[in-house]
Amino acid sequence: MEQRLANTWQMTVNERKFIEMALAADLRVDDRGPFDYRPCTITFGRHKLKYLQFSFTNRVGGSSEVQLGETHVMSYVTSQLVQPYRDRPNEGTLSIFTEFSPMADPAFEAGRPGEFAIELGRIVDRGLRESGAVDMESLCVVVGKLVWSIRVDLHILDNGGNLIDAANIAALASLLTFRRPECTLGGDDNHELIIHDIEDREPLPLIIHHLPVAVTFAVFGEGNIMVIDPSYKEEAVMGGRMTITMNSNGDICAVQKAGIGISSSVIIRCLEICAVKAAEITSKINHANLLDSQMESFNDGRSIQYPNFHPVDVAIQDNLPDVIMNKKQIENLTGHLAALPLDALDRNSNKSGAVVVGTNTRAKFENNQARDGVPFYSPSNWDPYPRKLCSCLARSSLKLSGLPEDVEEDKVNTTQSVKVECGLEHTKGASSSRALETASEYTTVEATSQYIKAPKTLKDAVKIQNRKMRK
Amino acid sequence: MEYVDSLTGFRLDGRRPNDIRQIRAEIGVVAKADGSALFEMGNTKVIAAVYRPTEVQNKGQQINNQALVRCEYSMANFSTRDLQEDQRGTEISLVICQTMEACILVHLMPCSQIDIFVQVLQADGETRSACINAATLTLADACFPMRDIVTSCSAGYLSSTPLLHLNYVEDSARGPDVTVGILAKMDKVTLLQMGSKLPIDIFENVMQLAIEGCKAIAQYIREVLLENTKLLESRKGL
Repeated sequence: MEQRLANTWQMTVNERKFIEMALAADLRVDDRGPFDYRPCTITFGRHKLKYLQFSFTNRVGGSSEVQLGETHVMSYVTSQLVQPYRDRPNEGTLSIFTEFSPMADPAFEAGRPGEFAIELGRIVDRGLRESGAVDMESLCVVVGKLVWSIRVDLHILDNGGNLIDAANIAALASLLTFRRPECTLGGDDNHELIIHDIEDREPLPLIIHHLPVAVTFAVFGEGNIMVIDPSYKEEAVMGGRMTITMNSNGDICAVQKAGIGISSSVIIRCLEICAVKAAEITSKINHANLLDSQMESFNDGRSIQYPNFHPVDVAIQDNLPDVIMNKKQIENLTGHLAALPLDALDRNSNKSGAVVVGTNTRAKFENNQARDGVPFYSPSNWDPYPRKLCSCLARSSLKLSGLPEDVEEDKVNTTQSVKVECGLEHTKGASSSRALETASEYTTVEATSQYIKAPKTLKDAVKIQNRKMRK
Repeated sequence: MEYVDSLTGFRLDGRRPNDIRQIRAEIGVVAKADGSALFEMGNTKVIAAVYRPTEVQNKGQQINNQALVRCEYSMANFSTRDLQEDQRGTEISLVICQTMEACILVHLMPCSQIDIFVQVLQADGETRSACINAATLTLADACFPMRDIVTSCSAGYLSSTPLLHLNYVEDSARGPDVTVGILAKMDKVTLLQMGSKLPIDIFENVMQLAIEGCKAIAQYIREVLLENTKLLESRKGL
């Protein structure tokens, strides 16, 4: 059982009754439908040797971060050459490790994984390994002697409910971006194993046959009320949980359910709902992965021409659902910003010029120009390192119910991302609105294409260098 | 490997695809415990014991309006030749715990702790099902207030046939393995675990087969409990 520490949050009776009564009336307290997921953001990061200043590892890790509502999970994949198991001499191995940090939830113990951590690890493991999602035989190098051992580390950074689904998506995303070095047999008598450096030969992706997606249902009442993707408070109230892992082909990869009894007809209905949800999430993951690989090839292309080029890394935001901010909301923000005093905006403006961002900026403040001639940009371009919080903007961002927080996700990698300097920092406002837990969900503002910046010119490469030299 | 012989239709241990294994149960095997039982499913042998509700040892875990159910699952070192992972044991403990918590009327015993101990003596597939069946008998023997009997069994899908009660060899085939636990009279599913890959329609068939198997076991458990009650009656001189 999980240790319950003295400062663990306990739910009040009133709150519990409120949630239960609302669910009995078919309402969820965060205004979602019973089978709606919270907005999901998938961020990829790929660590390459040539982009790291100091690297002691020769490994190419795949990593991803998933933000599902308030739940934040990070996954990291590494590989190693090991001896295979005796009864499976021609297969590689895949192991899942979970790390439940007390940072995510004071109920988690540091160090040894608790029961729920083990359960989560085993559900993800069953879905990935036992269903044959990752091809194991292709990981064999020398039969009976050397195989690749893939290790997936799941770090729970923030427990906002439904860790299983988020961790599963993170594991899938990181396995998709993971690349292992190519190794061949060579040497004098073809018995020497050569592991090629990633600079010499392109590292290889894993062969993944299908994507098993976990969908968690929370059970309430007498076993007749089911909702998908429970939030933290719903999890505290729920009577039990059922997790179904399915792929988009309609195959059930794993099921885990223990606790309150539900009838088999309800289970079958849940399977049907799960099929739809799994297909949705699979397409989101694939879409995000596609965008990421496009970005990757763009970076690779640039690095050949400019050896000092620092790759563009943006958060690939793939959100469900997609909501377009309407014209009126944009105008409101524009008008509000126009009314702000200029010196408030200009206090810490950067000396260097702003980098022109792509063509998808929606609202340009034609009226307002900061002192340096740095043009203002719409809230779609956030500076990742906010220096000033504008309280009135925080209030207005609440009204707009969730502005996208984008470049913060960049912290995964050490490469310098292309920053957009704008005189007014809005990121703080967005994060405070998040912290205040507005009842509305995190409606996304635009489709993912907004974050793909326009093709770079020679000027941009030069500009980045200037900034570096000045430091 | 052919798990179902194409000519005769027999499985590796001579059963037909829908045949249940030989079940045997005995109550009161551990004299010191308040409730105990020995449950055999084929070659799988499991012993379970439970003690009356006690004070919660770890005050931080105490629940004020219901009892805390703890289960300890362990496999004897001589039960099987292969090494089992530690994490699998923890997961099975958790699963048994949650299943029994759903059937015991825990709200009648607030601020207390119920310990269920399950030990596998011989493992030949379906150990967690045998453990749950043994735990049910044990709790009934100790006279815990329960909603219903929980019974469990597993089913698989090999050689394109749904098979009831997988033994160790069939389990190691890395085919689909569905473990179901039901509340027998209420006809509700409390435990459902599945590994490997199955299309939805075949999964439904296999799950239904497992539920039928569970009902058959429930029938047997009821008979055993009735026999036991008659024995107690005669001892009391009624």
